[in-house]
Amino acid sequence: MRLDHAQLAYGARLLWDDLTLTVEPGEFIAVLGPNGAGKTSLLRVLLGQTALTSGTVEVGGRPVRRGSSRIGYVPQQQSFEPGLPLRARDLVGFGLDGHRWGLPWPSRQRRTLVDRALVDVGALEYADAPVGRLSGGEQQRLRIAQALITEPEVLLCDEPLLSLDLPHQKAVSDLIDERRRATTTAVLFVTHEINPIIDKVDRVLYLANGRFRIGAAAEVMTSAVLSELYDAPVEVLSVGGRVLVIGVEQEPHHHAHGATTTGRKRS
Amino acid sequence: MDLGRFISFTDFWDLLPLVTVSLAAALLMGVLAGVVGPMVQARDLAFAVHGIAELSFTGAAGALLVGTSVVSGSLVGSLIAALTFGLLGVRARERNSAIGVTMAFGLGLGVLFAAMYTGRTANKFGALVGQPSAVTGDALGVLAVVAALVIGALAVLWRPLFFASVDPEVAAARGVPIRVLGPVFMLLLGLTVAMAVQIIGALLVLSLLITPTAAAARLTASPLRVTVLSVLFATVSAVGGVLLALSPGLPISPYVTTLSFLIYLVCRFIRRPPTTGFGRQRVSTTVLSLARPLSKSGPISESMLLIRLKTRVITEYSPVIVQLTEVPAPAGCRVNVDTLVDLTGVRKLTSTTTVPEPSLASGPSAPRTVIDPEPTFRLPDHA
Repeated sequence: MRLDHAQLAYGARLLWDDLTLTVEPGEFIAVLGPNGAGKTSLLRVLLGQTALTSGTVEVGGRPVRRGSSRIGYVPQQQSFEPGLPLRARDLVGFGLDGHRWGLPWPSRQRRTLVDRALVDVGALEYADAPVGRLSGGEQQRLRIAQALITEPEVLLCDEPLLSLDLPHQKAVSDLIDERRRATTTAVLFVTHEINPIIDKVDRVLYLANGRFRIGAAAEVMTSAVLSELYDAPVEVLSVGGRVLVIGVEQEPHHHAHGATTTGRKRS
Repeated sequence: MDLGRFISFTDFWDLLPLVTVSLAAALLMGVLAGVVGPMVQARDLAFAVHGIAELSFTGAAGALLVGTSVVSGSLVGSLIAALTFGLLGVRARERNSAIGVTMAFGLGLGVLFAAMYTGRTANKFGALVGQPSAVTGDALGVLAVVAALVIGALAVLWRPLFFASVDPEVAAARGVPIRVLGPVFMLLLGLTVAMAVQIIGALLVLSLLITPTAAAARLTASPLRVTVLSVLFATVSAVGGVLLALSPGLPISPYVTTLSFLIYLVCRFIRRPPTTGFGRQRVSTTVLSLARPLSKSGPISESMLLIRLKTRVITEYSPVIVQLTEVPAPAGCRVNVDTLVDLTGVRKLTSTTTVPEPSLASGPSAPRTVIDPEPTFRLPDHA
């Protein structure tokens, strides 16, 4: 996956500029930054839902297009109605052929593929349970199976750990880590909490104020780099292998540059 | 009160030939409503159905006033309402207020039109509570065409529409045109509701479009089975209603609504079978062993491949040291999976298929000694 001198702006509001990034197969990249820095917009660009203002983006040597099976997408955990007639295997099956027209005829081959995807994420035991009755962590496992069933080259994760408790956060991020090693699928992991994945990521892309920094976690997550990105004093403490960022989450809006961060979080 | 007045079968067979058109209409309507119902549930459109139905009454009343056909009037009313609802709000919450606002105003208009009409008063009320005995051959033809159109369109749209309904974010990421599918489905729904209004009346449409699906969803979580059951329930209610109403000479609608409600009540009290409902308590997601026999004696292939449910109730789950040999299951067979269930110990699940795994064909690995559950610290390697 390659981004070359990519720029994205909404009107006068510049999200990021001159972003050049090559992601190798099997690489795990965390995308961090304050709200409104353009993390989700980056995913939308890669999904072909938003066009770049300038620059190019390609996956597997070809330009991105909407609905490509070479890209898998794991969304935030959302709640399903308990009575919804949808089983775990149906949700995973959507990833395979949910976008195709016509009726979903059951076939042995389809069932095998779905079963394999469920086995790969350890979800076979609740394959026939209604999705609405599964826990958030179980649902996110299914999401990973759903996204990986087409064997994509890139897996895009949009805050997949949000609203999960700590053990489930660990289980889900372990699973993503394990699958990307097993399948050489690159992972782009949007999050605002790096700690659950800090020992797994190869590189960090930090977006803030229309600027960005790419590098290993230890290089990017430092007081100097983040202070420069935010244009404000930011303190990064490393405690027992975890990273604490002080001075950003509490008051991001006062220090931010003009329109780059709007009051989304407060509204 | 004499109950016989409500259920009586005198001259049932004499009257039957007179209602063949009504029966055919009820049959078509049952199938149509049963097919559309699950999608209405998946898209959370129950209130929209009610709104469309009431505005189809407004359309019918308007048609009466200007002197055109009531059927086409209600059709126009339904379609306008459905499109308005489809375009007004995408999210359920904003859509519901939009429907409430539009529906109240539209129904008021309908009452006004009906009041201004000076013809036979029975017609005013007919659109509200239905008049299936008045279904003519022509109306039956229209119903057949509409049913074929809606069911045909749904057959093509079903998979992406269902995907977009229950999982819009990922559907959009996979390239499903969710913004187009919503209004298209609303059009199909408008057509369906307009037809249902002829059969059962604007106020009672929900009993064919919502109740059968709600009943079916109590029994199974499989989308295919829900659709089949909802068609069955809707058809039984509609056709049964026509038949039951024959002899007493009462309106058909109360029989249809009662039947469909009774079906719902029965389904409500049947437990979902455990294969689909899972009879779930909180079940841990940790798979202790996948297709791997855990036994003190050497592994035998029989224990590995048993499909029958085995529950090992373990009152005290203390660590045990066992000799363990990993034996790969033959490709494509069924295996048991051990899962840890809160409070009840280890439960063996059944009927889980293994995926053909060519890499597993290498035979059993060397036996090794393990402690189960695994200690938090590692012992010196025994192997």
